[in-house]
Amino acid sequence: MTLSVFILVSVIKIVVALGILLTAVAYTVWLERKVVGHIQNRWGPTRVGPFGLLQPLADGVKFIFKEDLLPPHVYKPLYIAAPMIALIFALTSISVIPIGNWVTVLGIHTPLEITDVNIGLLIVLGITSLGVYGVALAGWSSNSKYSLLGGLRAGAQMVSYEISLGLSLVGVLIMAGSFNLREIVDAQSGTFWGFIPRWNIFQGQIVAFFIYLMAAYAETNRIPFDLPEAETELVAGYHTEYSAMKFAMFFMAEYANMITVACLATLLFLGGWNGPHRFGPPLLQAVLPVFWFAVKIFAFLFLYIWVRGTLPRFRYDQLMAFGWKFLLPLAIANLVITALIVALRA
Amino acid sequence: MLHLLVFSVFGLICVAGAINLLVQRHPINSALSLVVVMGSLAVEYLLLGAEFVAAVQVIVYAGAIMVLFVFVIMLLNAGVEERSKGSRVAMLFGVPGVLIGTVLVAWVLLARSGTGNVAVGALPGPPKVIGWLLFHDFLLPFEVTSVLVLIAIMGAVVLASHPGSKQPDKREG
Repeated sequence: MTLSVFILVSVIKIVVALGILLTAVAYTVWLERKVVGHIQNRWGPTRVGPFGLLQPLADGVKFIFKEDLLPPHVYKPLYIAAPMIALIFALTSISVIPIGNWVTVLGIHTPLEITDVNIGLLIVLGITSLGVYGVALAGWSSNSKYSLLGGLRAGAQMVSYEISLGLSLVGVLIMAGSFNLREIVDAQSGTFWGFIPRWNIFQGQIVAFFIYLMAAYAETNRIPFDLPEAETELVAGYHTEYSAMKFAMFFMAEYANMITVACLATLLFLGGWNGPHRFGPPLLQAVLPVFWFAVKIFAFLFLYIWVRGTLPRFRYDQLMAFGWKFLLPLAIANLVITALIVALRA
Repeated sequence: MLHLLVFSVFGLICVAGAINLLVQRHPINSALSLVVVMGSLAVEYLLLGAEFVAAVQVIVYAGAIMVLFVFVIMLLNAGVEERSKGSRVAMLFGVPGVLIGTVLVAWVLLARSGTGNVAVGALPGPPKVIGWLLFHDFLLPFEVTSVLVLIAIMGAVVLASHPGSKQPDKREG
């Protein structure tokens, strides 16, 4: 592949991936409003388009045309930069996430992701760990009590839960022996006794999966761990002073992070794009892995929304005690046991 | 060629971030400049072929330690610092000292190339190689360092807990 072809293919993939991600973000918001609406015996959005399907579009137009307020008491450079930081890091992490096998289109053999790197998982963790700056700086630069408290809470919470999140992934890494997301997925192909898939969640990593799940709720500031934006006590937390598109950027960053977390869960625990795909015509066989991947992500996002509609918010001291005194020891225990089993098998 | 260009650009960004760290008067701007320094250092490691070290640099330094820095600055609500006139000793000895040191290091590196220079992509990169080095060749230093870190953690706990004074009432978590 020559350099110009490589650049062309990369640009096309970046545009397509960003388009898919932003559309997914918009429709995750729609899905959430619909599902939470039905949980609460309401309809959710119904007016714009059939089933309210055009609601995200209308919301986007509204956000763009709203007046962009700049409160006089803020520290301007960081106040403007904070939502950009949050959104940029949320969108960048999708670049190393594979959504399917290698494909050959028009004679060009390419992976179904922007770039295939051998430390993919570390890159995702690194980029998402930088996302906390957007939230923390937004809270600080707004120069308001509620924002500052929200920013502080977000900083402490995200740093605390990142440890449990990282440790819960180490068990999977030990079993796969690689940081490459593609190799981790390949290690989960096949079945036990012909019907139970060899996903990591069925290979003894179910505890790790639940640690990951709980840490992921805290990392993405979602109910029941949405203390940084707890409406009942902090107005809206770190984005209290934001409006129009700047607020929308935080909103998009939150949902993009949810999707990244769902992608990681699917790749690491739920077997990625593995699924029954050895039937039907060749074209169907080629598309099915991507379909399975999308189905798993949808299931994970649905669970996210379901939890939001079901659980109340924790207190902050409960959140911290849960993270440090329960999740962290559990994650370490899981790591030690997994390492022991792998060492005994070898 | 492209490697060298990117390497030089990020080297310049790194130095510019370090200078900005000293020039800025607000602690949070200084802390963010340090994040830029850490980030560009990670890119330099990556260009030298040490992808694992680069990723860890971002996760640990930029993603965790600097977040704690920013957190503390936010918590203490540190304001803009007063600019002093600077010390005369620093002007008399510090600046010439730094210049002489830089020249010396550059001279040594250039005169004895092969000792201080690292070729692009020459550092041990893959996690497996790093793990092998840590747990075979450098096992003792690695374990000693971990004991050192443990001592530091215990020291922090001792400093943070006030013996004698009563703890504020804790609610059950």
